[in-house]
Amino acid sequence: MSITYLEAIREAQAKLLRDDERVFIYGQDVGGNFGGAFKATKGLAKEFPGRVLNTPISEDAIVGTAIGAAIQGMRPIVEMQFADFSSIALNQILNHAGTHYWRTGVPVPITVRLPSGGTKGSGPFHSQSMESIYAHYPGLIVMTPATVEDAYTMLIEAVAIEDPVIYCEHKYLYYHLKADKLPDKSLPTGRARIAREGRDLTIVSYSAMMQESLAAADELAREGLEVEVIDLRTVKPLDTDTVLASVARTGRLLCVGESFPWGGATAEVIACVTSQGFHLLDASPQRLNAKDTPIPYHPNLWSAHRPNAKNIVAKARQLLRE
Amino acid sequence: MLQTAQRTVKSKKKKAAPPHGRFLEAFRWMLLTRTLEEKLVSLYRGGLITGGVYIGKGQEAVSVACGLFLQKGDIFAPLIRDQAGRSAFGEPLIDVTRTYLGSRLGPMRGRDGNIHRGHPRKNELAMISHLGAMISVTVGTLLAKRFKGEKNFVGLACIGEGGMQTGSFHEGMNIAAVEQVPLVVVATNNHYAYSTANDREFACHDLVDRAIGYGFEGYSLDGTDLGACLDVIGSAVKRARAGRPPQLVVASVLRLSGHGEHDDASYVTEEIKQQPFARDCLKVAEQTITNLNLVDAETLTEWRKDAVAQVEEAIAAAQKEPAPEADKEDWCAFSRRDLADHADET
Ligand SMILES: Cc1ncc(C[n+]2csc(CCOP(=O)(O)OP(=O)(O)O)c2C)c(N)n1
Ligand SMILES: [Mg+2]
Repeated sequence: MSITYLEAIREAQAKLLRDDERVFIYGQDVGGNFGGAFKATKGLAKEFPGRVLNTPISEDAIVGTAIGAAIQGMRPIVEMQFADFSSIALNQILNHAGTHYWRTGVPVPITVRLPSGGTKGSGPFHSQSMESIYAHYPGLIVMTPATVEDAYTMLIEAVAIEDPVIYCEHKYLYYHLKADKLPDKSLPTGRARIAREGRDLTIVSYSAMMQESLAAADELAREGLEVEVIDLRTVKPLDTDTVLASVARTGRLLCVGESFPWGGATAEVIACVTSQGFHLLDASPQRLNAKDTPIPYHPNLWSAHRPNAKNIVAKARQLLRE
Repeated sequence: MLQTAQRTVKSKKKKAAPPHGRFLEAFRWMLLTRTLEEKLVSLYRGGLITGGVYIGKGQEAVSVACGLFLQKGDIFAPLIRDQAGRSAFGEPLIDVTRTYLGSRLGPMRGRDGNIHRGHPRKNELAMISHLGAMISVTVGTLLAKRFKGEKNFVGLACIGEGGMQTGSFHEGMNIAAVEQVPLVVVATNNHYAYSTANDREFACHDLVDRAIGYGFEGYSLDGTDLGACLDVIGSAVKRARAGRPPQLVVASVLRLSGHGEHDDASYVTEEIKQQPFARDCLKVAEQTITNLNLVDAETLTEWRKDAVAQVEEAIAAAQKEPAPEADKEDWCAFSRRDLADHADET
């Protein structure tokens, strides 16, 4: 048997609905026989009547409604049709969910699922990675699962956490990643994972860029270069301990992310390593992000817009020469 | 001679029935609110309040009716000018003075101020500034109650005519009707959003006409008439509780203060001040009490004194309390403390 990243997300939601009557799913086209634009909730409306609800195209009100329900003790899971459209809900997420516990002492246990990241032909408005925006604001946990196993366990954990969780699931990984079975254990939330060990260079990445980073590490291994690849798993909180320990072993750091370059998760990792571990570095840390333009539609342009194994390899070689 | 005659007439006059069964109770909340807010204004002028002071002068009748008919288990989402409603709903005065005066012991603990306060666990939602945002949040609380199998509850959310023009308000109203939750939205058109008058706020004939477009039942209201406020808002709450579609009440008043106390409201025209909706609802209610001889003058004086005493007590208590201290503050925005981010720590 094999299970995809997308199926893991569906299975996690089925388990959550089964195990916890406070859970309901709220979003555009998630209900009925349809089961969502990507089928992440397929069959759930039938299996759990009245708990998987279609909504109007009202991202602000969808999240607002989820916040109100969470304050009253429910555990809503919101599906944004695409991460990009969560911009309409920024106010409720950042200013309402993110501030509520601090202001009132009452936490807001909502989980907002963001189908994120680029795929061929998706263009400027169906390709964005928004983790850096959410991580910038206080009060939000930001998860970026890169494996089938994490997609499953982290979603279950997201719903259990009393604070709001932004769960960034990558659309490219939906069908590309497969595992033999679903796990029943995982690393704790907030702990990064060493996906591949190495002593020459540390690559820190997350979400779909883990695929590119691991492919780059394979390529470099053929040249006898041993790259350590760290999967952040959550960009907030950031597991600085695991990253610093790795840089202490390798002396070199490359951060790879799919979101836009200005600020963001990769910048944060580098800022943190240089301020806390400057003495560990043998070369200036580097990063690769998407280009600072909107995300292009055409595959020729798109594949050059985001980091890929080829330019990760080039950047790594350059870093290793220093 | 004339004076004596008048006095005789007055003392002979029988007590009439009030315009509404809860008229006097509501009037006392209005009186308490006016007294409290006048005091807050003088503290602000004396430099004793940091940040702003936003009062509901002229809107107490609408607001009190919003809080008065809600019961245990109901949800209230008040906004900037809803002190009367908050008090009638059960918010203790000490919450107000603690928040305005920045006591560490208040519900917001110095983390938020003035009208940005609430007790979500006691069903008084803590408004965020962003207008329109509270509508869908109220819908969510009601949806949760339905999920949990609770019965007989309603939610009431307040909004100004300015806030009605946000996208968030529109989304919230629509989703309320889609979910058919027992919601009452009370919109107070006080004819200004900060300095902007109605003609630059909206172009429809009457805001209440929007009710039908949303799938709400809509009612207009003279917000200067306490009896009417109690009737119309009380009935809307009753209808929502009975399972009718969501209810929209649009009340007409004039804001009888600046937007906040920093604002002299010099842009409010003389012409608008002459309009019927510019009457002071508190004065109108008091006139009704006197005209109908609902209580005698001594009782009114007693009520006034009692309001002053309550306000002074709440202010004195909050003034004695400790302010928050930065080095003792718990600088963590997560309830899951173990998930706090430490990336900025060196
Ligand atoms: C979305 C949003 N934009 C701007 C503001 C700033 N602001 C606060 S109150 C206010 C005027 C509100 O007018 P109205 O809704 O009519 O309420 P009123 O003050 O008249 O009671 C404005 C512009 C805000 N709080 N929220
Ligand atoms: Mg107004």
